[in-house]
Amino acid sequence: MAIVQQILFALITGTAIFFFYKKISEIRRNIMLGTKEVINDHSSERWRNVLLLAFGQKKMFTNPMVAILHFFVYAGFIIINIEILEIILDGLFGMHRLFFPILGAFYALLINSFEILALLVLVSVLLFLARRNIVKVKRLAMGELDGWPRNDANFILLFEVVLMSLFLIMNACDYNLQQLNHEHYAQTGSFVISQFIAPLFSGFSETSLVVLERSCWWLHIIGIFVFMNYLPFSKHLHIVLAFPNAYYASLEPKGKLQNMPAIQKEVLYMMQPELAPTDQAEAITKFGAKDVFDLSWKNLLDAYSCTECGRCTDACPANQTGKKLSPRKIMMATRDRLEEVGRNITANKSFQDDSKSLLHDYITEEELRACTTCNACVQECPVSIEPLDIIMQLRRNLVMEESKAPQEWNMMFGNIENNMAPWKFSPDDRDAWNT
Amino acid sequence: MVKTYAEFHQEGTTPEILFWVGCAGSFDQRAQKVTKAFVEILNHVGISFAILGKEEMCTGDPARRAGNEFLFQMMAYNNIQTMNMYEVKKIVTTCPHCFNTLKNEYPELGGNYEVISHAVYLQQLINSGKLALKGGGSFKGKKITYHDSCYLGRANAIYEAPREVLNALDSELVELKRCKTNGLCCGAGGAQMFKEDEPGATRINLERTKDILESGASVVASNCPFCLTMLSDGVKMNEKENEIEVLDMAEIIQRSL
Repeated sequence: MAIVQQILFALITGTAIFFFYKKISEIRRNIMLGTKEVINDHSSERWRNVLLLAFGQKKMFTNPMVAILHFFVYAGFIIINIEILEIILDGLFGMHRLFFPILGAFYALLINSFEILALLVLVSVLLFLARRNIVKVKRLAMGELDGWPRNDANFILLFEVVLMSLFLIMNACDYNLQQLNHEHYAQTGSFVISQFIAPLFSGFSETSLVVLERSCWWLHIIGIFVFMNYLPFSKHLHIVLAFPNAYYASLEPKGKLQNMPAIQKEVLYMMQPELAPTDQAEAITKFGAKDVFDLSWKNLLDAYSCTECGRCTDACPANQTGKKLSPRKIMMATRDRLEEVGRNITANKSFQDDSKSLLHDYITEEELRACTTCNACVQECPVSIEPLDIIMQLRRNLVMEESKAPQEWNMMFGNIENNMAPWKFSPDDRDAWNT
Repeated sequence: MVKTYAEFHQEGTTPEILFWVGCAGSFDQRAQKVTKAFVEILNHVGISFAILGKEEMCTGDPARRAGNEFLFQMMAYNNIQTMNMYEVKKIVTTCPHCFNTLKNEYPELGGNYEVISHAVYLQQLINSGKLALKGGGSFKGKKITYHDSCYLGRANAIYEAPREVLNALDSELVELKRCKTNGLCCGAGGAQMFKEDEPGATRINLERTKDILESGASVVASNCPFCLTMLSDGVKMNEKENEIEVLDMAEIIQRSL
């Protein structure tokens, strides 16, 4: 009987890992659809960002209360994974609490700290659910989250509640079984949190306790595998991608826009024709970005790293004053379009034109025009996403490929071209103040 | 009369710094006052400086941020040609948009200069003792607040220098509700200055003016000609122009000389 369980466990584990790997490979392929951008400079500064921004969650701490709760959930997630290692090994070898004889007294310390974390996670997650559904914090209750994004957020939180409860109930039953001197259950003693749950089950028969304990154990580990496979479809993927995203974050001053060397060259040849190459065989380049293929892979990694917290949108001056622009929506739209392109590729081997594009079909002109390039969204993002970079590339496409600029901007362009100033003044009067 | 680089060139000498006036500082009536105030400060400390005069052109910032890279590259090419011809070494400017473009975006196009914002320059002059402010003065005892422009603030992480300058005055510096990294835009950046707002509930400058009114300050210190316009308009629309003065840092320091 035990061997059947072991085989079953191995099969479930293998299947979970296989599907996870498959989906992650798809995401990797999608990100690589972006344009090449070599980012490998200043590695020490980049590692520092990984430590401070990803591991240390530095930017979360602008709101300490939320940051601490989030840190509990995050630490819980990372540290409880050590326990999962034991669970997997137990499952594969048909053992129970494999590490207990090896670790001795240290084992209790370990499980006790997991239990404390589990409780903290439970409390934090319940508070997060309340913030979303009862208090309705503005950025978490906005209309752009209606439907899947809102459900996704709640699913994840509920999932955590279930997983943590299973873990604690499992340990509580375990303790009761120890009291009954069940041979399979090692005498680890009671644990710090589950000891308070144990009395709930004290009247249960040995068989019911075993069934309950085993059910919790199986549901807990299967739950974790389900969660793992849910992750790549969810906004929750940030728990993985926040780390590479911090590493590849721009180290330039935020005010610096990406140069366009193709145009720089073109202007140079126009001003100094003698420098232009005689064999004009240069490939025609597209200016700016119209679709996800035109964005850099870092922009696409940004899109997958976004956990839709909305700190960017909350800080956006355009959004605060009721304009359509929302930096979070820009990121969500980029991911949605990229996923759509990915499904297209999976179905057709290579991308088949679907007469859609990120610009217009997912992000409108009106949104793009509302941006003041103030960098508040970039500043706010806890996982180093730069919505402004995407906005600027789409704006470039609008203006240079589609010649779509508001009339006033066309006048401003004309003034700069003719009067060397954005207003209609004579260039001769530039120093008129100096008389 | 401020001498131009061309005039220095003719005499066979070079000034120590180039004062980059910018389009707003050159043409906008309100910003011209800032230009003149800053010139007075430069003359007061007796530094040798010049302007490009008619040879200065728009840096291309609004064109680039509106998405017109061609126009930006043309302006950058011409400006860099001019400044490299004069062998410009150090630039100080009263406009944070010009500052950002000259400092961060011109180097990879061949324009390498030491670029400094007037807010930081004023701080250096005060700290080194070259610029002594008289005690008392028109700001004595007044509540002054400081508005972080996006292009000095988040874009270039300059938060402390301007505050140090204002702290040198005999007045009380109060912070706006949203300040430093959290500062709210005035609504002009990204070429918004040159077009109507997109449809929405209110204007960004009015949203920012709320913070100013809430602060109880009677003087708002700005470091950007566009913020200056936006915030002045916001104060006027709230009919508070008699109680709240919106000034550039250069004007505040010039009045305290």
